[in-house]
This record gives sequence, structure tokens and C-alpha cells, in this order.
Amino acid sequence: MWRYVARRVLQAVPVFLGTTFLIYAMVFALPGDPIQALAGEKPLAPSVVHALRERYNLDDPLLVQYAKYLGGLLRGDLGETFDGQDVAGVLAGRWTVTAQLALTAWLFELVVGIALGVWAGLRRGRLADTLVLGGTTLVIAVPVFVLGYTAQIVLGLNLGWFPTAGTDDGWPMSYVLPGLVLGSLGLSYVARLTRTSLAENLRADYVRTARAKGLTKARVVGRHTLRNSLIPVVTYLGVDFGSLMGGAIVTEGIFNLPGIGQQVFESIQLKEGPVVVGAVTLLVLIFLAVNLLVDLLYGLLDPRIRYD
Amino acid sequence: MTDKIADPEGAPPEPGAPDAPDAGAVVPGTPAAVAAQAGGPVAGASLWQDAWHDLRRRRLFWASAAILLLVGAMAAAPGLFTDRGKNEDCDPNAAKLPPGGGHLFGTDVSGCDYFAHVVHGARPTLLIGVAVTAFALVIAVVFGMLAGYYGGVLDALIARVTDVFFGLPFVLGATVILVAFPGHGIGAMTLVLVLLGWTTMIRIMRAQVIAVRDADYVQAARLLGASDLRIMRRHILPNAIAPVVVVATLNVGNVIAGEATLDFLGVGLQYPQVSWGLQLNQAQSYFVDHPHLLIFPAVFLSATVLSFLMLGDAVRDALDPRLR
Repeated sequence: MWRYVARRVLQAVPVFLGTTFLIYAMVFALPGDPIQALAGEKPLAPSVVHALRERYNLDDPLLVQYAKYLGGLLRGDLGETFDGQDVAGVLAGRWTVTAQLALTAWLFELVVGIALGVWAGLRRGRLADTLVLGGTTLVIAVPVFVLGYTAQIVLGLNLGWFPTAGTDDGWPMSYVLPGLVLGSLGLSYVARLTRTSLAENLRADYVRTARAKGLTKARVVGRHTLRNSLIPVVTYLGVDFGSLMGGAIVTEGIFNLPGIGQQVFESIQLKEGPVVVGAVTLLVLIFLAVNLLVDLLYGLLDPRIRYD
Repeated sequence: MTDKIADPEGAPPEPGAPDAPDAGAVVPGTPAAVAAQAGGPVAGASLWQDAWHDLRRRRLFWASAAILLLVGAMAAAPGLFTDRGKNEDCDPNAAKLPPGGGHLFGTDVSGCDYFAHVVHGARPTLLIGVAVTAFALVIAVVFGMLAGYYGGVLDALIARVTDVFFGLPFVLGATVILVAFPGHGIGAMTLVLVLLGWTTMIRIMRAQVIAVRDADYVQAARLLGASDLRIMRRHILPNAIAPVVVVATLNVGNVIAGEATLDFLGVGLQYPQVSWGLQLNQAQSYFVDHPHLLIFPAVFLSATVLSFLMLGDAVRDALDPRLR
């Protein structure tokens, strides 16, 4: 198993380098001069410009800049913004908001998604199944921002059940509505995946054996079938956690949550390269780590899987 | 009844099974008339003909096909639906009118007829969705085939490059590229969406190729002296492509939703382009008092995405009889 982990980590290294380099190169290509942007319309003294460009390595070729950035990263230094703030500090404040939002959305996917999937899977071809299938297809088809605004108006404004924007009420109240909207897509996929997988497994021989032994339905489903059916669901849930963190821009915008997505979106417009690269680097690290974790989880769910 | 079309439960055709004539499907001496009655020529019942036969009986397939045909007509010939051109006959004094009067869908923020806008919005939306999927499909089929067939270093290389692009967060990545190259039209949007969207299909294609590359009929072809290119084209491709085609159909819907999201964020298509995502972008500050600004483009966008998803589902069910 440890050899497997070591091999996976080794495989992750070129992926990490490739992804961060790609983002670095794209940010490098952003138009406009960030140093001149600092001063607005005023002309800057050439010596100041020179000093600043030196400080941010702006005159180096792309590869050298990237290497210097990586060097800083290895020492745990994410660099600083063009107005002198520490990037790690800027991101830290935003990070908690996005993490809470993503976690809320993820919990919705996990609990509601699997529950709906089990409900539909056990009643395949009946009304419950049709309802879940139809409802989830609809949720997948409606763009997330339309869902967001609808939820905001109906559940927030008209019914007044939840705050409509901001983080003043803290977790969980402020995060219920955005979490539901952000998680709605994944929730639908989880429900459909669970349903299909469960329905398929219920036909398996081992399920018939378990039934024949006289086990209760709860035990047959919960202990035997569900455990096997959840393998593809766990994969999806794992991979999706990464995309929830990175895909929260729209939801954060609608519900005015000051998270990573908002920060990066603003930073792209302001050409704050270091913040963009820093945030994406962290997202990619999370993505890779979660993927590895999911693959290791397989072994717990399915003892037939060996890591060698 | 030996006709497997008439009895899908009895003899399910395996997706990815060889295309060779099914020995059980033709009973010597069966009159052609009987075969025709049973639903077409029996000998020609390939996976695709089977699937088509199954599809024809599905209401959901026809419903989504009808919606897509309507939206496709809007995209191809907007003149059939409205006399107004793009951004024409706009009257700022008649802005944000509710539906009714001379304007079926009301008017937008600058007083343009909203119905005409929605009609003209179909073209970029559909064009990008289909073009992105087509390009991504070609990339996935070619490189997935090479990776799966040859394996080894080439496979590892392609897998790592796929991982790199797969790890990029979609909205963030697209935003950075689109801001880096301002003044982009439909072509540049397509390029960006292809760049970030080819990874899912290539993984499926690779897995499919690996599943069939050691099949007996492939070995037979190799022993007969067929070249790699011929084996890949004639033997592996037809048997590996079905699941990729299903994902591609579903993908059109996803691309359309993704494009609308970028338009909505203000980094996608720009005025004077007209698209549903852009309309929703303009609607976001006014929709509480003028809900029609949100509803019409949202309904058309959702119906189109929904149709592609249902179409993909129907095609998958038709191609994969195990879940019937």
C-alpha cells in the first residue's frame, strides 16, 4: 500500500507542475502592466518602475519567473501582491468562507443525494423513481445562476427562511441556501449514480443469497448492497469536492460571500497574478490530495482491491 | 422468434461486441417476409440499427428531438421567426416592458424586442455547444485510441497531460484565458471550451479501446496481416466508440451551460453579440422587478440543455440494453 501511495505521489508531481505552470503562463499573458496600474494615470519615476519590476521578477523570462515562484512555494511562501500584501494572508481570510460553503454543499450531496438515490433505487420504475429521475434531470439542466436567483427570491426574499446574502449569520444559516445551490448539481449526479448502482447490485447473486438466509431487508440493503453500490458514488463525491472549491465563483457572486472564487475573479480583472496563481495552486493541491484519498478509500469499501 | 430486435430482453446485444453477423440472428430458410414483419432485415441488425429501432419507440427521444429541431431552426434561420435583426428597432423609451402588446416576450434593458433577442441568441449558444463537443470528440477519439492501443510511454504521457488539464478548475481557468485575450468571438470561446473540456471523453475512449484491443477478432485481423491503422479504424473504433458518443451528446448540454456561465460572469461573449447567457447577465440587476428578463432566456437555455441530456440518456439506454 505504501508503495502505491509513493507511486501516486510521484505521478502527481508532474501533474502539479504542469497545471501550475499552465496557470502561471496564462496569468503571464494577461494584458496590461500591473506596475503602471498601481499608479493609475500618474507617470512613475523610471527608477521606481525599475525597482518594482526587479522586486516582482517581471523582467525575467517566463520560465525563470516560474522557477523562482516554485522556489518560494517550496519554502511555503506564496509571494506578495503588487500592493505589498502577503498572498497567503489575503487568501487565508477568504479560504474559510469557501471551505464552509463547499463543505455545506458537499454535505447536501452526501446526505440528500445518497438518500434520494437509495429511495429511487429501491423503488425502480415506480413513482418515487420517476420523481427523482425527472427532478434531478431538471436540476442538472437549469443553469446554476438561474437556480441561485430563484432560490434567493423564493426561499430568501418571499418566504424569508434564510438570509439572502452575506455571511453575517455565520454557519450554518448563511451557508444553507448557497450550499444547496452550489451542491444541487452534484446532488443530482450522486442521486442518479446511487440509484443506478443500487438497482444493478440488487440483482446480484450475493443479494439473493443474503435474502435467502433470511436477513432483514434493512440488513440486506444497508450492509450488503449499499456498501458495494457506493464505490462509484465515493469516487464522484471525492472528485467533486475539488470542483466545489474551485467552482464556487458564481454562487459566491450571487450570495455575496467573500470567498476564494470572488477574490480570484477580482484578482484576474486587476491582473493580480500572484493571488490567482496562489489560489489555483492550492486548489490543485487539494484536488490531487482528495483524489489519492478516494483511491485509498476503495480498499475499505471493496476488500478485493489490492494496492500493489 | 429469433429476431433479437423483437425480443430485446432475450438476447441483449453487448455494446462493444464484434460487429460480425450474429449466428443466432438468421435462421436458414426463414422467408424474407417474416423477417420484414419482425422489424426490418435481420442480418443487418448492428448495434446502431438496434439502438435506432429502440430509440424510435421512446417518447422522451422524440420530445427532445422536437425541441432541438425548433432551437436548431432558430439558429439556422432566425428570419423564419422574427423580422427584426440583431439589436434592431430598439427604443430606449420602451425598455423593460412586460410581455404583451407588440412584444410577445416584452422588451429588454435597452428596449429591444425580447423575442427577437431570444431567437437570435440560439445561434451562438448552439454553435458553440456543438462545435466544442465535435472538436473535443475528435481529440478524444484520436488520442484515446493511440493511448489505449499502444500503451506504454505514449499512454503514460497522454494520461499525465490529461491529468494536468483535468485538474484545472473550469470557471477559473476559462476566466483567466478569456481575460488574457479580450475581444474574443465565437471562435475563441470554442477554443477555450475545447481546451478545458476534452479530458472526460479521452479517458472513456482509452478505457474502451483497452477493453477491446485484445479481443479475438482483433488478434485474427492482426494474424491476417492487417496494419495497425486498419485494425484501429476497422475493428477497434466501431466497437469502442458507442459510450463516447453517449458522453458527447450529454456533453453538448454541459458545454452550453458552461458557455452561458462565462457569458453570465461577463467574461464570455460581449455586446453586440447576442446569446442567452449574455441576456441573463443583463437581467441580473433587474429581474426582481422584471422577472420576464430572467424567465425567457432561462427557459430556452434550460430546455436546450435538458433536451441534450435526455437525448444522451435515451441513446445510452438504447445502446446499453442491460438497464432496460
